[in-house]
Amino acid sequence: MNKDTPAPARNTKVMNRFDLTKRLVARLKHEEAVIGGIGNTNFDLWSAGHRPQNFYMLGSMGLRVSDRARRRAGAAAAARHRAGGRRFAADAARLPFHHFLAGAEKSQPDRDGQRHLSDHRRTADAGRGNVRHRCHRARLRSGEQRVAADEEDFERLVDRSLAATAPTLIALRIDDKPGVGTTDRDPVQIRERFMRGVGVRKEVNTG
Amino acid sequence: MAAAEGQGSLQSEPETWHGVVQRTLKRNDIRLVSYVPDRVLTTLIKNLHTDPFFTTFPAAREEEAVGIVAGAWMGGMRGAVLMQTSGFATLANALASMAIPYQIPLIMFVSERGTLGEFNYGQSLVCRTMRPVLDSLAMVHHTATRLDEFEFICDRSIKQAIATQAPVALILSPLLTGGKVFEK
Repeated sequence: MNKDTPAPARNTKVMNRFDLTKRLVARLKHEEAVIGGIGNTNFDLWSAGHRPQNFYMLGSMGLRVSDRARRRAGAAAAARHRAGGRRFAADAARLPFHHFLAGAEKSQPDRDGQRHLSDHRRTADAGRGNVRHRCHRARLRSGEQRVAADEEDFERLVDRSLAATAPTLIALRIDDKPGVGTTDRDPVQIRERFMRGVGVRKEVNTG
Repeated sequence: MAAAEGQGSLQSEPETWHGVVQRTLKRNDIRLVSYVPDRVLTTLIKNLHTDPFFTTFPAAREEEAVGIVAGAWMGGMRGAVLMQTSGFATLANALASMAIPYQIPLIMFVSERGTLGEFNYGQSLVCRTMRPVLDSLAMVHHTATRLDEFEFICDRSIKQAIATQAPVALILSPLLTGGKVFEK
């Protein structure tokens, strides 16, 4: 592209991640599992109102899980559900995995002071190459990947995802506001509450 | 009786280490197996793929397999990870920040390279980091060297991992598997 040519105007609004997280959680009616990524994402999820079906990643966990792996894991969970296993939240809505990518407008220096190209930065280019490449690797068809134009569009896309039978990806442009609140840092409780929340373990009857 | 036993032994397949792993996984209802390919593990991986009891698939990285199996546990499905020594060397962060603090009974089978005839200098170096990492994380680990005691080690280690909600590493020595050798 000629550098004198102005960049095309975007039709996607810059939104706030915490606000979107609250909107997402408010639309979950069937005990769907939600996995909060590291840092701000899980701070926001925690502050949006704890649900037993929420799982919070504390620290990086070394989990640079590829999209194909997510899809495979989802397929495994779905297969187990079909086989009559216990209800898993993702299966309950018949959606192996729905992936919401929240991309800040500006990349942030990482711990080494380098500009990093994480999901966040890549997603700032939502609708262009990188997200599409990720979708391609995850074998997501075009109908399963969307960029939310604004809050109302996001809610519409969430509803559509919850009714879908295949994995979906919703990419978002977000502002640079920090996370709200701090997740309780008790990994055993997080894991145990999650397993009870998705019905793998029963609540202890203290009555 | 002796004749009958003799006929039986002629008809039955000889016991193998990979047969023991497959049988023990089944006995403990471990249905999900993720792995990073490795020559020593090839027969086991092929057999798991052909057995409909298991959901078996490769991962791009060992930490990816660990994450999937950890998620499966939290979703109510037991799993195991297969890898090589050098793959284990990539796992310190995933073990220290997820499997151990979240109390996930992560069951790992590690085919041991770097010893007993290793031809790759890098493998021989990285092998030396495996047990110190396991020890510094206070993780249970056993090195299996003999077929006659392998099933006991395998079965009891899996049961202990699940009962105590703690990860375990079962190191498959070349003494058990034959390992991988460079012959010219």
